[in-house]
Amino acid sequence: MATIALLAPLNFVDSLLLKFFSEQTVNYVIWPFIQVGAVVTITALWVAYATYLERKISAFIQARLGPMRVGPWGLLQPIADGLKLLVKEDFIPENADRWVFFVAPYIAVVAAFIVMAVVPFGPDWAVITDVNIGVLFVLAVSSVGVLATILAGWSSNSKYALLGALRSSAQMVSYEVSMGLAIIGALMFARTLSLSGIVAAQASDSIWFLLYQPIGFVIFLISGIAENNRAPFDLPEAESELVAGFHTEYSGFRWSLFFMAEYAAMVVVTAVATTLYLGGWYFPFVYRLTEANGYHNAYVVVSLIVFLTKAGLLLYLYFWLRWTLPRFRYDQLMDLGWKWMLPAALVNIVVSAIAVFVLQALDGWHGIHTIESLSQGLNLTAAGKGIAIAIGVANLFLTAAILSMINWRSRDFNLKKQRSKIRLVDLPKGKPAVAPVNPADVVSEARP
Amino acid sequence: MTLNMGPQHPSTHGVLRVILKLDGETVIDLDCDIGYLHRGMEKIAENRMYAMIAPYWDRLDYIAAVSNGLVWVETVEQMMGLDVPRRAHYLRTILTELNRIASHLLWLGTHALDIGAVTVLLWAFREREEILKIFERQFGARLTCHAWRIGGMPNDAYDDFEADVRRFIGNISGRLGEYETVLSENRIWLSRTVGIGVISGEEAIAIGLSGPSLRGSGVAWDVRKSRPYAAYADMDFDVPLGENGDTYDRYLVRMEEMRQSRRIIQQAIDNLPDGPVNAKVPKLIKPPVGDYYHSIEGPKGEIGCYLVSDGTQQPWRVRVRPPCFINLQALKRLSIGHLVADVVAIIGTLDIVLGEIDR
Repeated sequence: MATIALLAPLNFVDSLLLKFFSEQTVNYVIWPFIQVGAVVTITALWVAYATYLERKISAFIQARLGPMRVGPWGLLQPIADGLKLLVKEDFIPENADRWVFFVAPYIAVVAAFIVMAVVPFGPDWAVITDVNIGVLFVLAVSSVGVLATILAGWSSNSKYALLGALRSSAQMVSYEVSMGLAIIGALMFARTLSLSGIVAAQASDSIWFLLYQPIGFVIFLISGIAENNRAPFDLPEAESELVAGFHTEYSGFRWSLFFMAEYAAMVVVTAVATTLYLGGWYFPFVYRLTEANGYHNAYVVVSLIVFLTKAGLLLYLYFWLRWTLPRFRYDQLMDLGWKWMLPAALVNIVVSAIAVFVLQALDGWHGIHTIESLSQGLNLTAAGKGIAIAIGVANLFLTAAILSMINWRSRDFNLKKQRSKIRLVDLPKGKPAVAPVNPADVVSEARP
Repeated sequence: MTLNMGPQHPSTHGVLRVILKLDGETVIDLDCDIGYLHRGMEKIAENRMYAMIAPYWDRLDYIAAVSNGLVWVETVEQMMGLDVPRRAHYLRTILTELNRIASHLLWLGTHALDIGAVTVLLWAFREREEILKIFERQFGARLTCHAWRIGGMPNDAYDDFEADVRRFIGNISGRLGEYETVLSENRIWLSRTVGIGVISGEEAIAIGLSGPSLRGSGVAWDVRKSRPYAAYADMDFDVPLGENGDTYDRYLVRMEEMRQSRRIIQQAIDNLPDGPVNAKVPKLIKPPVGDYYHSIEGPKGEIGCYLVSDGTQQPWRVRVRPPCFINLQALKRLSIGHLVADVVAIIGTLDIVLGEIDR
């Protein structure tokens, strides 16, 4: 296989490093640095080309071509853009709070990129570090991004920026709640907080948690989009209302840092969603075809590609939504967060808990075998999977019913009934104005 | 908090400055500052000969230059009692209706853009481009066309005119359906427009609204019907009327107006008479002493022209009835109590063009 030939140098480098350094240095210092470098580079490139893809996809949605001039099909456009932003004047408004204004973009970028440390891009060497509280780490670090937004809005000393920052802080905080709660359902099935462990739990079950947790996935994704401030929830930077929102006063490279942070945060949310609900790097048959035959590095690389493909598809969903939907209003966004997402997340927790309880209670009852072992996650048998999926699907209806009960009085619930129909009227025709008019009729009084 | 929106703001549709007094994000007071684009059109017109004024009228509402030009030439023609040939009237009808579609498409795109649906803008511009191409071939210009001459048209329709127009009206219905699938049933669109900026019919009349903004409130008033000009007396079309007078109604009314415009164009192109396109016009255009008011149904409302002649080659006084200027007066009434995001939607729904407001 071609991938094996490509990865042969990897083992060669390893043996080369071992000649100069001790094994501990190589394993715990040098390789991690190489990994971090690779991940940061790849993520940065991914972010850059995500902007390219966004422009291309939006162009195809809008019956255009998108960037075509720089390089073939405009492939070098992100690099040209980056260079342009890099050499622009670093401008700080006179009345801005200089230091806070200076620091805010870096907080945004660091908060977005640092999450990459725990994301399992693949098995073995494709993950930088596997923290046993990975999910908590992701939630904690990504919420630091709010700080950058608030600081940027406040320090700009501009009303538009301030309004944008206020909106985004309210938005991010309220959606983080439902996002965190939505994850809990998946964690009950995974029985671990480690992101690699969650993937392993899905791999050992040979199933994606999406099937157990359809509601959880939807809530996670919607909250993720809202937390990233992407359309249709892009209120903080709603360009038609608040010009550019919290980064109105930013320009040049500092602005591009915010831009990178936005895309990196998107990449993070898609990566975490993939890990939690779409089985991460797990894909059927990959293990059997590669690792089982002794091709370890090929296994890692194929898994890596699987992961990137899944995350990429979710990223496409982001773009698709952005270029299709109008924008929510601020109060409607809060309604959606607190009246729809939060109750749905709570219902999801209860139902997931019941599902796990039922699976454990049914195990061995009347000869129904639901759980194989509790080694990695809930190791369910076919019957167990069927029950879990059935409860997940039932949860869809249950959540819909409960949400309707909560919201049936609200304005947005029966919106389609409130709107009116226009009627077409054929008015009687009046006296035509076009027929030549006798000038004598027209003249009313002589003016000077 | 006082928020200064504009004149350099992405969604005030030009150089409109809106001074918002906010409580949180709720608008408690609003003030419009206009005049950034003032060129003194009406005063300029007093020092130009009648035929020279027409190009200035294109720069009033530059989105609907063809309609604006029409009100000027028709006012002068009627004052002078010129007998404009039927073919010219039919061509005027077709081209002003095309202009109405172009103007409504631009409104649709920018209105949707203000509410956040970016894609509709590009789609609407795709169709508008077709119309502008027809204008370019017919008048030699895309935006400020200088479309008419007093007494008729500068030249007859170009050779493929009929084919181009037929192709355009063949496409437009399906394309309008596409826009409606993106917007009309969209929950977010509904929640942003239904019940936003409600104005009753009586209030709309009191403010002096006209055009789709008035018909959105359910008032049956259309100059094309009540005092037909050009060839509208021969045309068979319906006037769409709203019910609640909210932003969604005005959206639906404009969408339906585009369909009705298509119907009018279809009839006009089917019955396009042959013959000359120019009346016999005297060398010196000197309307008789007196005053005259003529108005037409522009895309944004009733465009009127009040002309006082002292019998010389230059008008003594010209006054434009500007639909956008008068529609803009409803902004304060519609916006108070809504959020900042709604102000943007309401500016969009009033469909203003600053070139005409400032004149």
